Amino acid sequence: MKSYIVKRLLQLIPIIIGITLLSFAMMRLAGSDAVNEMYAKQGAIVSEEVIQKARAELGLDKPFIVQYFIWLGNLFRGDMGVSYISGKNVFSTFVSKLPATLLLTLMSIILTVAVSLPLGILAAVKQNKVTDYIIRFCTFIGNSMPNFFIALLLMNLLAIQLKWLPVMSSGTNFVSGIMPTLTLGISMAAKYTRQVRATVLEELDKEYVTGLKAKGVRGAVILWTSVLKSSMLTIVTLLALSIGSLLGGTAIVESIFMWDGVGKLAVDCISNRDYPLIQAYVVWMAIIYVGVNLVTDILYHYLDPRVRLGGIKD
Amino acid sequence: MEDIITYDNVEISYRGKPVVQDVSFGVKKGEILGIVGESGSGKSTIIKAAMGLLGDVGLVTKGDIWFEGKNLPDLSEKEMRKINGPKLSMIFQNAVGAMCPIRTVGAQIYESLKEHGHDDKEEFKKNAIEMMAKIGLTDGERVLESYPFELSGGMNQRVAICMAMLMNPDILFADEPTSALDVSVQKRVVEEMVQMRDHFNTTIIIVTHNIGVVRAMCDTCLVLQHGDIMEYGDAKQVIDNPQNEYTKKLMDAVPKLKKAV
Repeated sequence: MKSYIVKRLLQLIPIIIGITLLSFAMMRLAGSDAVNEMYAKQGAIVSEEVIQKARAELGLDKPFIVQYFIWLGNLFRGDMGVSYISGKNVFSTFVSKLPATLLLTLMSIILTVAVSLPLGILAAVKQNKVTDYIIRFCTFIGNSMPNFFIALLLMNLLAIQLKWLPVMSSGTNFVSGIMPTLTLGISMAAKYTRQVRATVLEELDKEYVTGLKAKGVRGAVILWTSVLKSSMLTIVTLLALSIGSLLGGTAIVESIFMWDGVGKLAVDCISNRDYPLIQAYVVWMAIIYVGVNLVTDILYHYLDPRVRLGGIKD
Repeated sequence: MEDIITYDNVEISYRGKPVVQDVSFGVKKGEILGIVGESGSGKSTIIKAAMGLLGDVGLVTKGDIWFEGKNLPDLSEKEMRKINGPKLSMIFQNAVGAMCPIRTVGAQIYESLKEHGHDDKEEFKKNAIEMMAKIGLTDGERVLESYPFELSGGMNQRVAICMAMLMNPDILFADEPTSALDVSVQKRVVEEMVQMRDHFNTTIIIVTHNIGVVRAMCDTCLVLQHGDIMEYGDAKQVIDNPQNEYTKKLMDAVPKLKKAV
């Protein structure tokens, strides 16, 4: 197991090189650059000379591949550079945005699991009955509404009409986190309820359920001890992937609510062409995905004896 | 002697379409009945109907299945649950598939016994190991701690028989218990079922397409085609001296198959 984890972590190196090279290239292909954007935002018209000088200071005058390797070399020395815009250290800027994203991820996942697991199981157990139809209808509505639309509805209802919550976040705290959490939670719960329902139904249809019924085991016992345990394998994988994408920051929701997390940071630094910050974001995403997949694999190892004990023996 | 279970003009339908029609027969205590027929003839459906395992789409649409003075299709799920296991047991063709893949064999046997009020874990373990030893499974402790996928198909089937023996049911339904097994293991499984009958006087209703199995263990035999009874009577009589045209054809096919192999 240890060597497996080490192997997976070593895989991070080529992944980081590949993904950062790609993002480096794509940002250059997107046209414009940090210097242009900076002066354009200031509304200043400056001579070509000044622009060239600013570029040379940031190292942007060097060929693309040279720039990349300088950045990569610095990265392996633990130096992610400074932001072109704020001049602050990239690593500490990035780390300062993480708590907000972590809090939002945690709150959204708790809400999603708390809603979708019981509803999904209930819908599966009551398949094609009124309860199932109501739950399916609600998930259909939840799935059809885009995030930003839910966000605007919530703002209108909770902040403007009822005046319960602030329209915009007043920092990284629970109260400000409620609306972004609800926005993310509603659409994720709608998606997961359907997936939990489908997974549980698939398990309920398996031969072992008939086998257990033939032994006179109660339906509830079959559900709790066997069906849910087996369904967890699929559900854990799906949840892990969502945690991954939430940790990467949810650009739209964070921007709408002015939630100061990495998602909003990513949007800001892309529009400013702040390359060092963009690269830091990309490295973070790569680490999340490898990390989340690794954690899922390890969980599988503990949840599924077939993986732990290695295949079928005869 | 009175029948322990009686099928009385039973019709079974899936999604409203009858698949078994007008089936009547009775089985006595300690008797072994073999139900034979081609695939899709309704053999398994007949035994599943008795245990309420037809699923959401299957239903007994006519007739009665009498057991201990009760008509089984009339019983609620709750009443059925009390009968399934201690009074009526079933072993399946795919013994591995009939157990939850991510829980140990021991945990599953214990769970079903516990559901019927036997919750002494130590006693269960002792009895299970003893019972397995009786049918020649000497490393019972290891078997109990294994997951179904760690045991071979034959081993799983023998464990399933053991599980049924622990419950000591009045009737054991066996749904093609040997068809997924090697010939040598088939023989052992058949012997174990006969042993179960000899020790506990268990009634066995076995569904099979293997005439050899019927010859080896059954007292009576019922031949089905498209859900209708073609012939029903003493097993030897039906196999060696069939009266019905379909039965004759079915029995004629047996030696041909042997030659082909």
